[in-house]
Amino acid sequence: MRAALALLLLAPPAAAQDDRRTGYDDMTPELQAMQDDPVGNPGLFWVLDGEAMYSAAPDTGAESCAGCHGDGETAMSGVAARYPAWDEALDRPVDLAGRIDLCRVRHQGLPPLERESDALLSLTAYVTNQSRGLPIAPDPDPRLDGWREQGEDLFTTRMGQLNLSCAQCHDDLAGGHLAAALIPQGHPTGYPLYRLEWETMGSLDRRFGNCMFGVRAEPFGAGSAEYVALELYLKARAAGLAIEAPAIRP
Amino acid sequence: MAALLNVPETAAPGEIVEIKVLIQHPMETGFRTAQGGGLVPRNIIHTVSCHYMGEEVFSAELFPAVAANPYLAFTLVAEESGEVEVRWTDEAGEEFSQSAPITVG
Ligand code: HEC
Ligand code: HEC
Repeated sequence: MRAALALLLLAPPAAAQDDRRTGYDDMTPELQAMQDDPVGNPGLFWVLDGEAMYSAAPDTGAESCAGCHGDGETAMSGVAARYPAWDEALDRPVDLAGRIDLCRVRHQGLPPLERESDALLSLTAYVTNQSRGLPIAPDPDPRLDGWREQGEDLFTTRMGQLNLSCAQCHDDLAGGHLAAALIPQGHPTGYPLYRLEWETMGSLDRRFGNCMFGVRAEPFGAGSAEYVALELYLKARAAGLAIEAPAIRP
Repeated sequence: MAALLNVPETAAPGEIVEIKVLIQHPMETGFRTAQGGGLVPRNIIHTVSCHYMGEEVFSAELFPAVAANPYLAFTLVAEESGEVEVRWTDEAGEEFSQSAPITVG
């Protein structure tokens, strides 16, 4: 049953009956224009910084990202659309920011970056930007199935002092309002993204933290196994939707 | 600190063209709490100006209510080919500029 569900989730639903809406679809035309404007989207600053970092050689004497992987536009195309993916050495899945940080530590001899640092957001934004417009295509590696199920369990489990599950808002009440905010379906298509309320770039983990804080639950923490599981489930739920990072959100 | 500057590549003589600039800056209001307590010191961009054909053709004062990474759009009359330069200065005394060419004719 579980396996069948996982397979079902991986296959993008037929377009005709697809009533999935991204946060972009729900935004005002003004904010959509800001996101689409090549000189109006502030998230592009992080993409540009990430591009410079990608080809800069670290002072440890190791290769640059480009030195190993080659031109980012071709080498990194489609990677973000497939992530999270399995890491052999850790024997568990890692998200894209985790993978990039592992490359820095393992292959460049650098110390790990803070999860919400501008440097890691920039590298992640640059790599994700190479998948802009590509459909989310979850990795079919069967070792990820159990993690997706764990993510679905977390998504449907009530939590926090308000005793609400993610699904109650994002499946049952999507399209309704929470005070002034429209409740989106919660698709992870735009991350890392520039949120006007944050006045900066933020990761999907930061968004998860906001929602958990909102129901007065203890957030699992950026980079945690729980967030990787949630992302795996949400990416399967959003399979076929186009990556739109760096997105804008109110 | 960088900026994304959009100047039309070409214009007819006398044409009114729109200049758009998005400036990378935190626009710290001085009211935000830093990690570990204390306030992040105030530092905002206080002046933005645009220079074209050796003249200042636009200037603006910014205040703390302006969000981080400010976006400005304004117009100028294209008369001669040359550089359109946008300059900005923040309260830390740092001066920045970015320019792009326009071909008129
Ligand atoms: C009480 C309702 C509520 C609950 C419960 C909730 N969220 Fe949200 N979520 C929101 C709202 C509202 C937004 C939109 C943010 C805004 O505009 O302020 C949002 C935004 C999101 C987004 C961003 C979507 C986008 O387009 O960028 C994701 C992803 C998300 N939530 C995931 C989760 C997860 C995972 C959980 C459970 C851990 C959860 N949410 C629990 C209300 C909720
Ligand atoms: C010395 C070579 C080397 C350097 C330098 C390097 N990587 Fe990697 N990268 C690898 C290897 C090898 C893998 C396969 C996974 C592993 O063994 O860690 C990988 C995997 C990846 C992946 C996952 C690709 C996929 O399809 O799953 C991404 C993304 C990535 N690297 C990004 C980066 C970035 C960004 C940098 C610079 C900060 C970087 N790498 C620096 C060698 C390198």
